[in-house]
Amino acid sequence: MIPMLRRILRTGIVSEPPPEAVAEEAREVARLQGEILRILGRALSIRQVDAGSCNGCELEIHALNNPYTNLEGYGIKFVASPRHADMLLVTGPVTKNMAHALKAAWDCTPDPKLVLAVGDCGCTGGVFGESYASCGAVEKVIPVDVRVPGCPPTPLALLRGILAAVRR
Amino acid sequence: MRFLGEPIEFEKQAGIGSPVWRGRAADGAALTAFAVAVRRADGRLAALWGSDERARAGGFRLHVVFGLDAGHAWLSLDLPAERPAYPDLSGIFPAAGRLQRATRDLVGIAAAGGPDGTDARPWLRHGAWPADWFPLRHDAGEGHGFANAASDYAFVRVGGEGAHEIPVGPIHAGTIEPGHFRFSVIGERVLRLEQRLGYVHKGVEKLFIGKDLAEGVRLAGRVSGDSTCAYAWAYASAVEAACGASPPPRALGLRALMLERERVANHLGDLGALGNDAGLAFGLSQFMRLKEDWLRLNGKSFGHRFMMDRILPGGAALDLEAPALAAIVEQCDVVGREARALKKIYDEHAGLQDRFLTAGAIDAALAREFSLTGLAARATGLILDARAHRQGYTPPPPWAMLGVRPATDERGDVAARVAVRFAEIFESLRLLRELAVGLPAGAVCAEVPPVPGAGGLGVVEGWRGEVLVGVSLDGAGRLARVHPHDPSWQAWPALEHAVMQDIVPDFPLINKSFNLSYSGHDL
Repeated sequence: MIPMLRRILRTGIVSEPPPEAVAEEAREVARLQGEILRILGRALSIRQVDAGSCNGCELEIHALNNPYTNLEGYGIKFVASPRHADMLLVTGPVTKNMAHALKAAWDCTPDPKLVLAVGDCGCTGGVFGESYASCGAVEKVIPVDVRVPGCPPTPLALLRGILAAVRR
Repeated sequence: MRFLGEPIEFEKQAGIGSPVWRGRAADGAALTAFAVAVRRADGRLAALWGSDERARAGGFRLHVVFGLDAGHAWLSLDLPAERPAYPDLSGIFPAAGRLQRATRDLVGIAAAGGPDGTDARPWLRHGAWPADWFPLRHDAGEGHGFANAASDYAFVRVGGEGAHEIPVGPIHAGTIEPGHFRFSVIGERVLRLEQRLGYVHKGVEKLFIGKDLAEGVRLAGRVSGDSTCAYAWAYASAVEAACGASPPPRALGLRALMLERERVANHLGDLGALGNDAGLAFGLSQFMRLKEDWLRLNGKSFGHRFMMDRILPGGAALDLEAPALAAIVEQCDVVGREARALKKIYDEHAGLQDRFLTAGAIDAALAREFSLTGLAARATGLILDARAHRQGYTPPPPWAMLGVRPATDERGDVAARVAVRFAEIFESLRLLRELAVGLPAGAVCAEVPPVPGAGGLGVVEGWRGEVLVGVSLDGAGRLARVHPHDPSWQAWPALEHAVMQDIVPDFPLINKSFNLSYSGHDL
């Protein structure tokens, strides 16, 4: 126990300021966070759905919860069920084999709901496109509010996308 | 050259990649006899796929790759254009079962004559295309416009008083890939787990057809994002073997740097997640911090946090200057120190060890039966690592000079897979230092002029296990067929066995200790 506590103390708090929180941007971020609180109460709950990705995007979504990005520090957390979610974070391309499950998850998410299409594949189908096995972009299957391109998008780009969606 | 006293002539594949021999089986009986001999010699079924050769050779072709002491034996069997069938190998190698079902779904060549009847259930085809349409046949067309019908799947039912089923997925509770797990349980105890995969099947193999060699590597790097370097290297190695090209020594050093950085990044993330799944959030925070530091240096040195598209046929897409190499060495020292301190905390944490020890145990006999490779196999005590010397096997450059020491542990449980990950991090850090300090001078990429009609197989020891990519070129020097094989094909069925007799709440921990790829498997 003591080595663990010592390590926690020595590591300290490594969380970094939110994206663009430099000088003139700081006010904007504070306003966005205020907006999150106003719009969603005290928190934003996200259900992530991998609808066919190569798992690269998932690695960066994991990174959102590392101590540097510290997503939960903004009151944003990932939840286990779409029924608990305000937002679906969907990576693609949407495979034909996942289309039914994605639609079901969207149906289960209570209104009002937000959908973020993540990654080049989620936004356009990417290298996989549309085929016998792939429906392509997330918007081909469910309505999308915000798109975050990238292969994969960085944690910072994801964070900006989440804030942009909440702002709508 | 012949193997195991079987009358099949093999010829060594050209090039400097992993040792591969190619041979042809005269008929199904010769294939079966060879498979039996391999199994008796404790060899492995490494991969199995089919190709449509009707335009070139008048029929279909079955490809079976076996893992032997000396390297890989790539055996092909020609099949007729009408009613193409081959002997079911799943009685000899259980791992063949799903590979055969996938091959039937995609190419329309079927295994027949299994000991308990051949499993006729589709595997990757859920209902998005009809049963008599095969996407990898050259005359299949694009296949747009089929109705996407949800299909029923005949899970094996477990009966008896008190037995019930828990269906899980395809969407899981965490941020992970989709797949379906059907648990049959009594109380909390798992009697049986049956997986249904294929949910992220996105038609990767069909997309390769007709691409040029450079376009192909971009797709290969997206078969399984967490193993992008392993796949890009295996693909490049297959193309180089086919076309008789050799990457320059500096390129091999750079590839090895990327592969080992990929291994460390994934192991760091897994060790954190394993701590978390056993209730130690401290472990997740600490390891995710180290992983983020690691990925940021990737971004700085390689221009991409996961080093996607940095390996090309013929070599590497970038070079590293002295300051970047020095930063890599320095980071190895820091991460080594921190990981050692965290290992001590993990080792001494009674609550954590209580969850890790004996959970999800498999033994070496089961690992052999399922042709397991990689860290899960090494965690049962098998010394299997394509980078390391063993009796009768010399690894390809640059590994031969580095004296890679494979990490093993004989317990076969979650604790063993944790221990192997720690040991592999320390070994990879050593390799990274040596690679960075001793990187040979010279060019980083060679020309690879395509050789029409040629073929090759690339083998790379990825962080999960053995990644294979088989490539064949068409008459115009473009890709006719590419088959990527993920080590998860062999490990998924082994996981079904690992979880038996454990309790349902231990499943997430056991599953994470394997951390298998869905995308690499579903293709």
